[in-house]
Amino acid sequence: MARGATIKLDVFRCRPEDERGTFRSYDVPYREHWVVLDALNWIKDYMDGTLSYRWSCRMGVCGSCGMMINGQPALSCAVFLKSYYPNSIRVEPLSYFPVDRDLMIDLEGFLAKLKSIKPWIIHEDEKPLEAGEYLQTPGELAAFKQYSMCINCMLCYAACPVVGAEEDFLGPAVIALAQRYNLDSRDQGAEERSVAIDADEGIWGCTFVGECTEVCPKQVDPAGAIQRAKVASAKNWYSKLLPWGER
Amino acid sequence: MKNRYMTPLGWYWFLQRPAFRAFMAREATSVAVAGYLVFVLILLNAIGDGPVAYDRVVVNLKQPLAVFGHVLVFGAALYHSITWFNLTPKAMPIYIGEDRVADFWAAILMGYLPWLVVSAVVLWAVTR
Ligand code: SF4
Ligand code: FES
Repeated sequence: MARGATIKLDVFRCRPEDERGTFRSYDVPYREHWVVLDALNWIKDYMDGTLSYRWSCRMGVCGSCGMMINGQPALSCAVFLKSYYPNSIRVEPLSYFPVDRDLMIDLEGFLAKLKSIKPWIIHEDEKPLEAGEYLQTPGELAAFKQYSMCINCMLCYAACPVVGAEEDFLGPAVIALAQRYNLDSRDQGAEERSVAIDADEGIWGCTFVGECTEVCPKQVDPAGAIQRAKVASAKNWYSKLLPWGER
Repeated sequence: MKNRYMTPLGWYWFLQRPAFRAFMAREATSVAVAGYLVFVLILLNAIGDGPVAYDRVVVNLKQPLAVFGHVLVFGAALYHSITWFNLTPKAMPIYIGEDRVADFWAAILMGYLPWLVVSAVVLWAVTR
C-alpha cells in the first residue's frame, strides 16, 4: 500500500425535500484497519459535515449502522475498506425504506410492525412477585435463543424483494421476533400474535427467497423462522379439520 | 408528509442479486413441472381412447422435438426438486434431543432418500 493512498467512496446524498438522490464522491485516506463507518466519520469530520447517517456502538451490537455497501446490505461498522481496495465503494441507504436524509432511513414503519406482534412475554396467569422467577431449562432456552439475537438492524428487510413490493409485509425480523416469543416456554401469547402473523401480510407473504438469512449479521435465520411458522400454522389448520381436533 | 425517496423495486429486481436469480429459476421451473402434468393428462386421455390413439401418441413422443422437450422438463424438474430438497431442513429442522441434525443429512433423510425409494419402486413396477 502506497503512503498517502486513498480510496474513493461514492455516497448517496438526499435531502428530505429532494425527489431523488445523487451520488457524491469522496477520496478518503486508505487505512487497512478502517471499516466503511470509519471512512464516513472521516468524511464528516474533515470533508463534509452535512453528511447524515446513524451509528453508535461500532461493534455490531446496536444495529443502527446498516447501509447498502456496493449493493449489499451490511453493517458499515463490520465491512473493511480493504475488502474493496483499490476499487471504489458505493454507499447507499438500506433499500425499500423511505429515506429521511442521506443514509438515514425512516424507521417508523418498521417499529409499528414490530409493535403489532407484541414483542414481549405474555403470561396467561401472572404469578405474584413472591412466587419467584419463571424457570426455564437449557433446552427451553435453546428453542428460541437464536431468534433473540436479533439487533433490529433491518438488513434482512433491504434484502427482501417482498418488502420492496408489499409495503405492509411484516418482514423477516419482525416474524422471527414473534417466533422468539411464541417458542418461549414462559409465553402464552401465540394466539394473540397469530392475528398479525398468520396473515397475508405475515408469514404467507413470504415466498422464501431466503436472502434475509444470508445477510443477517447475527445468524438469526429469519427465513427459517418464517417457514417453521408456516409449517406450524398449516399443521394447526389441518388438526382442526380432524374430528378429535381442537376447534 | 411528502413522499420521500425510496429505492424502487423495478420489474428487473430479480436480476439484481444472484440469490434472486436462483429464486426466480426455482419458481419458473414449477411452470415446466405443471405443464408436464397437463401432458400426463393428455396421455391418460389417449389411453382411455383405446390402443390406436395411444400408439399415435407414442409415435409422436419419439419425435426429436418431443424428446428435446422431455430433456428440458426433466432438467427443470431436477432443479426444482433439488433446490426444494435442500430447503426442506430450513423449514422443518430435525432435532435429536436438543441437537439439530445437520441440514445436509436432514435433506437426505427427508428428500433424497424417499425420492430414491420411490424412483426404485417405479422402475421396478415398469420394468418387471
Ligand atoms: S434478523 Fe438479522 S438481519 Fe434482520 S434485523 Fe435481526 S439481526 Fe438484523
Ligand atoms: S455501529 Fe452499532 S452495529 Fe454498527
